[in-house]
Amino acid sequence: MSGIGTGYDVTPTTYSPEGRIFQVEYAARSVENSSTAIGIRVSDGVIFGVEKKIISKMLVKGSNRRVGSVGDHIGASIAGLTADGRRIIKQANSEAKSYKDLTSEAIPLNVLVDRISSFVQMHTLYASIRPFGCAVMFGSYNEKDGAQLFLVEPSGVSFGYYGCAIGKAKQSAKTEIEKLNLSELTCREAIKQVAKIIYTIHDESKDKEMELEMSWICKESGGKHELVPDDLIAEAEQFAKDNTVSTNILNFDNI
Amino acid sequence: METVELYNSQEQIVLDDLSEPVKTGTTIMAVQYKGGIVIGADSRTTSGALIVNRVTDKLTPVADKIFSLRSGSAADTQEIAAIVRYYLNILSTEQGKPPTVKMAANLFRQFCYVYKNYLLASIICAGYDETDGPSIYSIPLGGAIIKQPYAIGGSGSTYLYGYCDANFKEDMTKEECVSFVTNAVGLAIARDGSSGGIIRYAIIDSDGVERHTIYGDQVKNYFK
Repeated sequence: MSGIGTGYDVTPTTYSPEGRIFQVEYAARSVENSSTAIGIRVSDGVIFGVEKKIISKMLVKGSNRRVGSVGDHIGASIAGLTADGRRIIKQANSEAKSYKDLTSEAIPLNVLVDRISSFVQMHTLYASIRPFGCAVMFGSYNEKDGAQLFLVEPSGVSFGYYGCAIGKAKQSAKTEIEKLNLSELTCREAIKQVAKIIYTIHDESKDKEMELEMSWICKESGGKHELVPDDLIAEAEQFAKDNTVSTNILNFDNI
Repeated sequence: METVELYNSQEQIVLDDLSEPVKTGTTIMAVQYKGGIVIGADSRTTSGALIVNRVTDKLTPVADKIFSLRSGSAADTQEIAAIVRYYLNILSTEQGKPPTVKMAANLFRQFCYVYKNYLLASIICAGYDETDGPSIYSIPLGGAIIKQPYAIGGSGSTYLYGYCDANFKEDMTKEECVSFVTNAVGLAIARDGSSGGIIRYAIIDSDGVERHTIYGDQVKNYFK
């Protein structure tokens, strides 16, 4: 990265002569160092899958969530600095509540994402605050608008996606997602595919042990964001283990 | 000794009346029919016994297809309608689509409830939106919100409960609904001293808003 150490990278309030804001790019880098999270939008809902490193053998299961809910009609999933992501989800919840108080209607996902992007973008403008070191995916499902999936990045940009991947293995995860027929897949089937992708991209030899965390928001869950039931996760993990060819052979690092 | 103040001239009465708050004594009404709604109101605004406006428009739009029917203090209800219009404008810009009647009604509820000690406002919020179709909400004095197939309000409405109970039908045709509304408002004008003037009514459906007036001399006279 040219420009590093030239003094243009200590605050997001200074552009480099090429017009870049290094602090924001560094924030994006912290997302890329994170373990991977994917989200896919299928015919009847949205599924999030997160590869979680088990940081301690004594960790209580479920105490290090990287998916969260906004109200009960929107799901979110984080990659990057988890604490930063949780702050964004908290903000999203407060936006959802204020919208509901005012109008008595649930906040539409596109409106929420617009507000959250402005919030994240605002953190790229001041020398006194650090840009968010995380990217957050938001998903929702209802009869009227169908399934929707958005990604908000540390710079504050947000786009809608059929499938997205963030974190360390985002490239290979994206390649895997692109192979799926998203418009015809149902959530039930997609759970297995998501598990398979997470197992495929997980590098057993290099990475620590991992736990698969999955949540969905779909017709079956009644338009509410929930963790995928344990039995379905177990089934999907079994499917993933049976169908995953270890990619390690192809990984030059391991030769 | 107690002093009794007496009005010594016509002029004094007028002056005293002008210091009364300006109220829309009012008959307002909104009725759902198959595919739309009809809203109607009289046009009298009074300050005490004085009619300060005899052609008032109490059907106040807050969005393209959402109206508020105002009764109570003219100042309060005009201001609330203006604030709600402002909020709906922002919300619909943010969403990229027109607001729903439910949204509008809840904004009215919010202001009427929070500021109930300062306001004299009883509002019917009615309109058409793509999500819920035609809908009517009444927001009475304390700031409650009630969804109804039809709603009546204002001082004139006390004379209408029996008529409406007897004559309201679900899924009327547009024509039936218009005559139901205009008859009812006409009846209230005949009996209620604080309602009068012309009848303003509007038909709101998926195609938009159609406004009409019935002039004072054409309002049906029910005393023969």
